Amino acid sequence: MNFGVAVFPGTWSDADFCHVIAEVVHQPVRYVWHRESDLRGLDCVILPGGFAYGDYLRAGAVAARSPLVRVLPEFVAEGGLVLGSCNGFQILCEAGLLPGVLMRNECLQYRCQTVHLRVESADTVFTRALREGQVLTMPISHGEGKYHADPRTLARLQNGKQIVFRYATAHGRLEPEANPNGSLDAIAGVVNEAGTVLGMMPHPERAAEMILGGADGLLIFHSLLGHLVEEGTFVQR
Amino acid sequence: MTLRVLVRLKPGIMDVQGTAVQRALVGLGFSDLTGLRIGKVIEMDLEVPSAEGARARAEDMCKKLLANPVLEDYEVQVLGDVAAPGSGAKMSRPS
Repeated sequence: MNFGVAVFPGTWSDADFCHVIAEVVHQPVRYVWHRESDLRGLDCVILPGGFAYGDYLRAGAVAARSPLVRVLPEFVAEGGLVLGSCNGFQILCEAGLLPGVLMRNECLQYRCQTVHLRVESADTVFTRALREGQVLTMPISHGEGKYHADPRTLARLQNGKQIVFRYATAHGRLEPEANPNGSLDAIAGVVNEAGTVLGMMPHPERAAEMILGGADGLLIFHSLLGHLVEEGTFVQR
Repeated sequence: MTLRVLVRLKPGIMDVQGTAVQRALVGLGFSDLTGLRIGKVIEMDLEVPSAEGARARAEDMCKKLLANPVLEDYEVQVLGDVAAPGSGAKMSRPS
């Protein structure tokens, strides 16, 4: 599976993603500069975390209008997969590839901590190696991660099983203390209707090796690879 | 043509920044303060001769980038063919 990792001025998690893809799951990967618009040969584009364009105007707003992001709708329509983490999630919402928006954390603090995520849908190519109700542990690192959408959009996400991860306790319970940023409905990650674009505030690339304290993030990569390698049937590696 | 665009959070959207600033002001003795919300002011010069043409261009900018329709409302004010007040001079082009 060929991965492209987007680099905007101010991206900071690009090297982490490339490391995990090349050295941990051993897949071909290249950086994609934000001015590039030729994505031929790529199966999955990653929008990593950081502060693209300094988060000027709104987090992700300027990056969402870059040449790279402007060709993503076409890339997705042709079967390409997109994973946005942290700032990448903000960019996908700003670009309209995912519904809703990420706002300033309700606590006003920048939150850099470990969180627990309850898997709400295992029906996507990003989560097929997981089971619903499973609890994952991953870091977050953001100041603007409070997910917001209007009531109609929220209902659509709930009914369409587009909510993929929710912030929960270590035992998988939804409690206000487990929600680090005040996200609506404890939403930590959503997919588009087709399930081919995933946005999530946590950092799977920073939880992909035991030496870093956990490898739950790797399960997302295993899901992706199972999808392509087995052409529809995920086989645990 | 000089324009001013005001971008505000929609009514009903919680403004955590505004709440924090309000709390700080009340702490400074402004106990009569009962509400405060923070928005953005964007001032711009456009090479468009008519006020209506300039307004239409600025509204297009709001739709495409300056405001996020999920969260924000915008208001375009046409200030006329003058420098933006407070800028001291006609704004220069970014280099």
